[in-house]
Amino acid sequence: MNVAEMKAKHILLKEFDFKVKELYRGYSDKTLYINLDDNTIKEKEVPQSMKEKFIGGKGYGLKMLWDATKPETKWDDPENEIVISPGPIAGITQYAGAGKSLVVAISPMTDIVIDSNVGGYFGPFLKFAGFDALELQGKAKNDVIIVIDGTKGKITIEEAPAEAMDSHILAEQLTEMYSDSDAPRDMKNISVISAGMAAEHTMIGMLNFSWYDIKRKNVRLKQAGRGGIGTILRNKKIKAVVVKAAGVTADPNHVADMEPIKERGARFAKEMKELDPHQCRMKQEGTAHLVNIMNDYNLLPTNNFQYGSHKDADNLHSRVWNSYFTQGMNDGCWIGCTMNCAKAVDNFELKSGPYKGDKVIVDGPEYETAAGVGSNMGIFDPETVIELNFYCDTYGIDTISFGTMTAFAMECFEKGLITTAHTGGMDLSFGNIESSLELIHQMARGEGFGKIVGLGVRGMKKYFAENFGADPKFMQDIGMENKGLEYSQYVSKESLAQQGGYAMTNKGPQHDEAWLIFMDMVNNHIPTFEDKAEALHYFPMFRTWFGLMGLCKLPWNDVEPENNAQTDEPAKVPEHVDNYITIYNAVTGQNIDKHEMIRQSERVYNYQRTFNIRRGYGLRKHDAQPYRAAGPVTVPEYESLAEQYDKQMKENIGIDPEGKTTEEKIAITRRYREDRYEQLLDAVYKRRGWTDNGVPTLAHMKDLGMDLPEVVEVLSKHQ
Amino acid sequence: MSKITVNDNVVEWNDGLTITELLKIMKYTFPMLIVKVNGELIRKDQYGTYLVPENSDVKVVHLMSGG
Repeated sequence: MNVAEMKAKHILLKEFDFKVKELYRGYSDKTLYINLDDNTIKEKEVPQSMKEKFIGGKGYGLKMLWDATKPETKWDDPENEIVISPGPIAGITQYAGAGKSLVVAISPMTDIVIDSNVGGYFGPFLKFAGFDALELQGKAKNDVIIVIDGTKGKITIEEAPAEAMDSHILAEQLTEMYSDSDAPRDMKNISVISAGMAAEHTMIGMLNFSWYDIKRKNVRLKQAGRGGIGTILRNKKIKAVVVKAAGVTADPNHVADMEPIKERGARFAKEMKELDPHQCRMKQEGTAHLVNIMNDYNLLPTNNFQYGSHKDADNLHSRVWNSYFTQGMNDGCWIGCTMNCAKAVDNFELKSGPYKGDKVIVDGPEYETAAGVGSNMGIFDPETVIELNFYCDTYGIDTISFGTMTAFAMECFEKGLITTAHTGGMDLSFGNIESSLELIHQMARGEGFGKIVGLGVRGMKKYFAENFGADPKFMQDIGMENKGLEYSQYVSKESLAQQGGYAMTNKGPQHDEAWLIFMDMVNNHIPTFEDKAEALHYFPMFRTWFGLMGLCKLPWNDVEPENNAQTDEPAKVPEHVDNYITIYNAVTGQNIDKHEMIRQSERVYNYQRTFNIRRGYGLRKHDAQPYRAAGPVTVPEYESLAEQYDKQMKENIGIDPEGKTTEEKIAITRRYREDRYEQLLDAVYKRRGWTDNGVPTLAHMKDLGMDLPEVVEVLSKHQ
Repeated sequence: MSKITVNDNVVEWNDGLTITELLKIMKYTFPMLIVKVNGELIRKDQYGTYLVPENSDVKVVHLMSGG
């Protein structure tokens, strides 16, 4: 069936006309609300107070989600929303990494707010259509697509029964369907949000955001991966959201002053050209450049985070990815990005599943994917990593969670907690390629053991204990989840600060709040609890700021100015921080400094913590980590680094390991490390202005100007 | 044993030890490093020729990346 025939099968449910409002200094001050229960479509004005306190991006998402839901709202209740907001800087094309969207919702995995950032053209195009954010609420009866046409000022909700469900086909079909012609100049004006078959049957569904790659003449995908937002999309029976733009002009944001933005953008582009080839090689290898480095530093998760390196890790070395990635392309996931790190494998021939034999574009793998579906599952075959990457994307599931979940199931299998009697006959030993692929196809079909794995680590722990008699305590130790979300792909055992950087996060253990391993474990720069607490204050707040703005974090510190070493705080990359402040002021016409930058983030960060508390979470007990994140659980783990652990026992704990069994040494190490983590919580909570129970104090919220009535109502019960 | 400290860890020192060799010994393969010997910044183009003195305090600062 061609796209015209598919379109003919659409049933128009609602049509809504609107006047496209031009942006002014990065904002339209309007948001779009769509409710699929009754097909309501309406525009909302953004109050000035919301703009001042929540800024945009994740801030807007949190505020709108709070207002739309009740404390007891569950992920699959109709009132749960998916809110997409890019932020005031999103859509500029003169500085790298300015096309991000932030997506928030009540997560099916954590029962708290999830936030996920994503590239692709949707966020900027939504702004160009005149909306600072999009709220999707309610549930459709049948599969629908939502079309936001920023060229005609028209929004439609249409039943769409004929299109494919998997993203690599669906995004292509809809791009072609809504483009004015099949010429690249028109195709590039369409962006699609979609999920896929496995998003329907697992809790780890994600959203693909598309853009049309002019050079390749094909649709590319970036992912809002974490926390199951794709599962919510499909639960709402949304097949896709399409946005159409009239094109991209030089200044669609109508910024206050373009010159400083251009100047900083040119300066950054020069750094990329001259320094990136000698630094991270982002333009050649993207984040996959990290695989061998993490292996060298014993940080590459291997076999469910048991180990940090592997003898076969060279098979996933950056030079391998370099050879797979097509070089010399403009691989930016938004226009004007000079980092160009959205690498892709072209003409990859699939070896399994429903698309076996097809030659496809695979977006990635990024580092997280290579480590997640590679080393952490004991797989060191690059083509299997690429294949799993492709199927995760097109089926609409998160590569990070898929990797950590499957690794957990594999360890349970190897340790005898589950057997082939439970897996439907599958051998789930680490490194089993056939079983790994079968699992993902089962997830897409919603059948077999894949459906059980698709519950996530927390879900599997419960299921295995209740149905298979597996040991809950051991599974708690090795199951790499916190708050219900799977860990991303770094071994944190030897960095106490990173343990906090993972388990103290608002949404669950994703490294986008703080990545402190080098600073802590290698540099020994933050030895005291107070030092670590300062880092766990500054970096999560600083990095939150990207999510308020519609910015990508990578250009901040994946290339660094030549004189960065001579600055007073090189880890913060002061010149790039100054770029961001300059650009924010130039877009909005405001005049903030680096201190106000952190305050902007603190307001939103503390609001998100309060949101979690409102829902019955967000307290000290919810910041607990599985022991494997902190130290060796099993005898082989301890003995793999016995010399190092023994030395630490003698020097740091003051106990002579001589004559002790490995089990005794594991117990001693564990008591010490668990105690230190509690001390870290104390120090960080104090630095962040929170009580010992992890609750923001009313005095701190007042100081931030966030003593809003609804916030005070929640927090006053916990002071 | 002749020694130096590298990021507060005691490391064996050999006569003629360059920064390039030291980074290899430490398996410090990350590309974005700042190296200081007794507080003095060593430029990247000196890594192959600069001789690390005995008993030096060497700081190899790894900047952040990833994520």
